[in-house]
Amino acid sequence: MREAAVVAQPNPLQRIPGVAMVLVLLIALFSVIAPGFLSVANLSNVLVQSTILTMLALPMTLIIMTEGLDLSMGAVLTLTSLCVAIVSLATKSMLLGLGAGLLVGTAFGLANGWLVAIVGIPPFVATLGTLGMAQGLSLIVSDGQSVVGIPHSVRDIYSATLLGIPVPIVMALVTYAVFHVLLYHTRFGTYIFALGGNREALRYAGLSPNKLLIAVYAIGGAMAGIAGLLMTARMNSGHPTAGLGLEFDAIAAVAVGGTSFERGNGWLLGTLLGVLSVGVLRNGLNLISLPSSVQVASVGVLVIVALFLDGLRSRA
Amino acid sequence: MTDITKDAITPPRSFLSQDAIQVFYRLLAALLICAVLAVLSDSFLSLGNILNVLRQASLTFFIASGLTLVVLTAGLDLSVGANVALSACIAGTVIHTTGSPALGILTGLACGGIVGLLNGIMVTALRIPSFIATYGMLWVLNGLTYWYMAGETLHGFPAGFRQIGSGYLFGLPIPVYLLLVFLGIGTLFAQRTIWGQEIYAIGANPVAARLSGIPVARRLLLVYAVSGTMAGLASIIFLSRLNSAEADIGESLTLPAIAAVLIGGTSLFGGVGTVFGTFIGALILTLVLNGMNLLSVSANWQPLVTGVIVILAVWLDMKTRHRAQ
Repeated sequence: MREAAVVAQPNPLQRIPGVAMVLVLLIALFSVIAPGFLSVANLSNVLVQSTILTMLALPMTLIIMTEGLDLSMGAVLTLTSLCVAIVSLATKSMLLGLGAGLLVGTAFGLANGWLVAIVGIPPFVATLGTLGMAQGLSLIVSDGQSVVGIPHSVRDIYSATLLGIPVPIVMALVTYAVFHVLLYHTRFGTYIFALGGNREALRYAGLSPNKLLIAVYAIGGAMAGIAGLLMTARMNSGHPTAGLGLEFDAIAAVAVGGTSFERGNGWLLGTLLGVLSVGVLRNGLNLISLPSSVQVASVGVLVIVALFLDGLRSRA
Repeated sequence: MTDITKDAITPPRSFLSQDAIQVFYRLLAALLICAVLAVLSDSFLSLGNILNVLRQASLTFFIASGLTLVVLTAGLDLSVGANVALSACIAGTVIHTTGSPALGILTGLACGGIVGLLNGIMVTALRIPSFIATYGMLWVLNGLTYWYMAGETLHGFPAGFRQIGSGYLFGLPIPVYLLLVFLGIGTLFAQRTIWGQEIYAIGANPVAARLSGIPVARRLLLVYAVSGTMAGLASIIFLSRLNSAEADIGESLTLPAIAAVLIGGTSLFGGVGTVFGTFIGALILTLVLNGMNLLSVSANWQPLVTGVIVILAVWLDMKTRHRAQ
């Protein structure tokens, strides 16, 4: 089993060119055509704005490694963001708000995992169904309105700094470190590689692939809960369409980062570079005054190109 | 394995096939929902409401019927809603600038068809899994539409054009006639033509289909192009019914269309299902949403209910097929 898992691991050196080249090209392009892109203020802005996406794209990497997909992440993040806003508004406590967001997010993650692993529904349809449910619940709990007046303790998370580094960036770095250790240095991580590459082997080794799969989706839901706190802090309110389409940016980051949709291997650093590529692309287009609609379309094109290249590589 | 291949080669299903029985159950379910709604709400059985349900169901059906062919090949087209929005906005502009509804209708159909063809190329030539290729397309179209419209709304179309979506003929809404026409064409195409049977075969077993000489890539291109063209048709009906076009009209259309296909008994795993089943699926979904509306449940509940229905439909499908095997 170990052997199978090791074989499934990617050779990072082979990948570095792809996504790093995309990132360098984008940075070079926008330094030339977008005035002010290279300023420290703008670059740190890109980093801070990429934190929420990082927290979704890392668990999305694990999910895609299991040959799965989570289309509900953006809608679940919207719902958890509203939960954080509503609970922290009612209790004046940031921690209770975060707790509520985590609880709801994890519940959705567990539901996704259960539908995929136990019921056996293809992931993209199961999570499309839960997307509708999360979207509906968001409209119901908020009655279609923004939730405003949330306590300072929530809002400050986004603007505070720790040793001179903005707290959202610290949170994203810690998340990355945790995922890195989890995937590359624990047995659970090895099992995740096997889930995509060789599920039978797990069964022969006496493990339950279903439980592992549920755990992977639950992690995704929980991360959407934590990201929901950041989203509420960033917008200083809860809004029923706050996370609309964020799952697509996350999928884009994973695809650009070189994680394969068909072969069950993943690369976390690639995802991180993918997140930065999406962040730079959106920021740069914004600086040259292209509307967010064009940004969305460009991310779409980016994904299709990345998947096309992935397909070429897998046939090579 | 042998069963599947045999199934795929066997020409048109006989009337009392497994499919017919599945459709019969669904008709019963639709009647049951009608009975419950008739008891719960006085206005359900009014002529106006029934015509409204039929008209609403026909809109869902146009999108869902093309999608059914895609799902029959074990694929998925998540871009249909966004395709409706783009096609409607472009067709609307053409009608406004040229004053010719005919030209607008052609443009709408062509726009939908081209998007479908691009989906087909991504799936066949680029070999991107269909759900992710069409999901990428969804966001590309979404971005294009919002950019193109720039927050504007198009409205005010010629009276003759508006008849398509809101007119009546012998007491029935015109979309209902279109529904009957496309239901007939779709059923004939899927059940009684070689191409239709080949589509079933591709969904049931793509390898066997290829080995038996079916041009799989060309049939898949056709299926995605049809799905796109039907989205284009739906965009025309929407345009003439709403008498306006906005960038966001497609956002709440994809999930109901997928729900209609799945409630109708078409299997996500390909090779099983009928266009008639999808019609019943569209009817059931519309009845449920209409019932919620009549019972004054807030429209905010619709995505939640549709999401639950999608999951329940797949679950039921898997359960019954598991038992059948």
